Amino acid sequence: MTEEIGTTADGDLIINVGPQHPATHGVLHLVITLNGETIKKVEPHLGYIHRSIEKMCESLTYRQFSYVTSRMDYLSSHINNHACALIVEKGLQVEVPARAKYVRVILDELTRIASHELWWGAMAMDLGAFTPFFHAFRERESINDIMEETCGARLTMNYIVPGGLMQDIHPNFQKRVKDFISLYKSKIDEYDELVTGNIIFQNRMKGVGFISAEDAISFGMSGPAARGSGVNCDIRKLYPYGIYNQVQFDQVLETAGDSFARYMVRIREMKQSVSIIEQLIDNIPEGEFLAKTKVVLKLPKGEFYTRVETARGELGVYIVSEGATTPYRIKFRSPGFSNLSALDTMARGSKLGDLVAMMGTLDLVIPDIDR
Amino acid sequence: MFIVKYIKEVYSAIKSLLVGMKRTGYYFTHHKEIITEEYPDNRHTMVLPDRFKGEVVMPHNEKNEHRCTGCTACELACPNGTIKVITKFDITAEGKKKKAIDKLVYHLELCTMCNLCIIACPSDAIVMAQTFEHSVFDRSKLTKVLNNPDSKIMEGIE
Repeated sequence: MTEEIGTTADGDLIINVGPQHPATHGVLHLVITLNGETIKKVEPHLGYIHRSIEKMCESLTYRQFSYVTSRMDYLSSHINNHACALIVEKGLQVEVPARAKYVRVILDELTRIASHELWWGAMAMDLGAFTPFFHAFRERESINDIMEETCGARLTMNYIVPGGLMQDIHPNFQKRVKDFISLYKSKIDEYDELVTGNIIFQNRMKGVGFISAEDAISFGMSGPAARGSGVNCDIRKLYPYGIYNQVQFDQVLETAGDSFARYMVRIREMKQSVSIIEQLIDNIPEGEFLAKTKVVLKLPKGEFYTRVETARGELGVYIVSEGATTPYRIKFRSPGFSNLSALDTMARGSKLGDLVAMMGTLDLVIPDIDR
Repeated sequence: MFIVKYIKEVYSAIKSLLVGMKRTGYYFTHHKEIITEEYPDNRHTMVLPDRFKGEVVMPHNEKNEHRCTGCTACELACPNGTIKVITKFDITAEGKKKKAIDKLVYHLELCTMCNLCIIACPSDAIVMAQTFEHSVFDRSKLTKVLNNPDSKIMEGIE
């Protein structure tokens, strides 16, 4: 571990970014070795927001543990809950009603749009543009209103439970989602006008934070950050869950591997999410929203693993069950941790000012990294 | 030609900035599309959706009766130990002992609004209220007793 203060024997300066820093969006602590303005080494120090969620889950029953996962990656809490519901359903071999499957995927994609919105606004703000933040939050607010009406909360929903959904969808749900989609389609072009085409923005993003496909794979990167390097890693395509095998969508791939490629992946992914929602929203089947399960859930003895594609990448849930009402051991493979590990390779040799662009396009959510 | 390329780049750069400024200018002159709510001033007209998870409450009817049987299903469903059911034994008119709640203690400071207690309740005795301004000056005020004093269970709830 690097010393956190002073200079090295070579005369390089060591500076600390974080744990309280406006550009890190949370308590991320980076110890950076600098030669002048050039970065020689970036070392993330974690542990500031460790809540031992994995250990907590060992004392919670299979119905209870999914609420904690909303607090891991709070921007894709629906998708985290979906992963937890999927693993319990896999263990118990419960068949989820079709209505629940449709609604789950619609909510997942709405969450993905909301998460990418926040990323877009916050990243533009890090690079010095303040207006996009308000534009992003305006659209994100409409999604939050839909969530509030159907799920009862704006960020930590706990709406997806083992067997289906906690409640049926709100009667207004379909209408409000359709209103949002028609509004959103006109707004998404504004983003290109405001930020994507901007010459200052492009010059700060293109060629910055390059990572090759080989490095991305060896660091275990996933999600939009890896797809910017051309790694074929969309779990929705490779290992379809829910009803992702019945919808038409493209896996967004860019090959440049720099910050601008990762940016474009997310912008194009938002448009793909819109098209997925459009295909499903009119076809939600009638019927049950919750499968009949026992009051006390007990997974059979053995090991279980499921993965889902969150807004940041692959979230894996691994459970070792001893046949009791609580898991014996639970492990979350979070996307943010692996993506952060690539930051050192990305940043070496570039200037300190570009580090913000790299952190921004990795879309780091610190509670997801630290759990 | 270097000079032509240079001028073209300058032109496209200025154009990209003007396109962005045009969008900003549009919202600067169109106030009606602004959706900001002035929260503390609009609290009398503000309506939260009926599913909003604010805090757990126990509804009582006009005769001060609730629906809780004291089965502790909510206590078992809660992941944080937020709810504590304290039971007592009532003597019914026939002289039999009957289990009833003495107090249903609810720790708002521990609650994560996960809704698991509400769906676990077999007699719909507890519901989520749409309140959200929970700050108090004293921490002990967050520990609440949900059933009213001298309240009874409704007729016909088992």
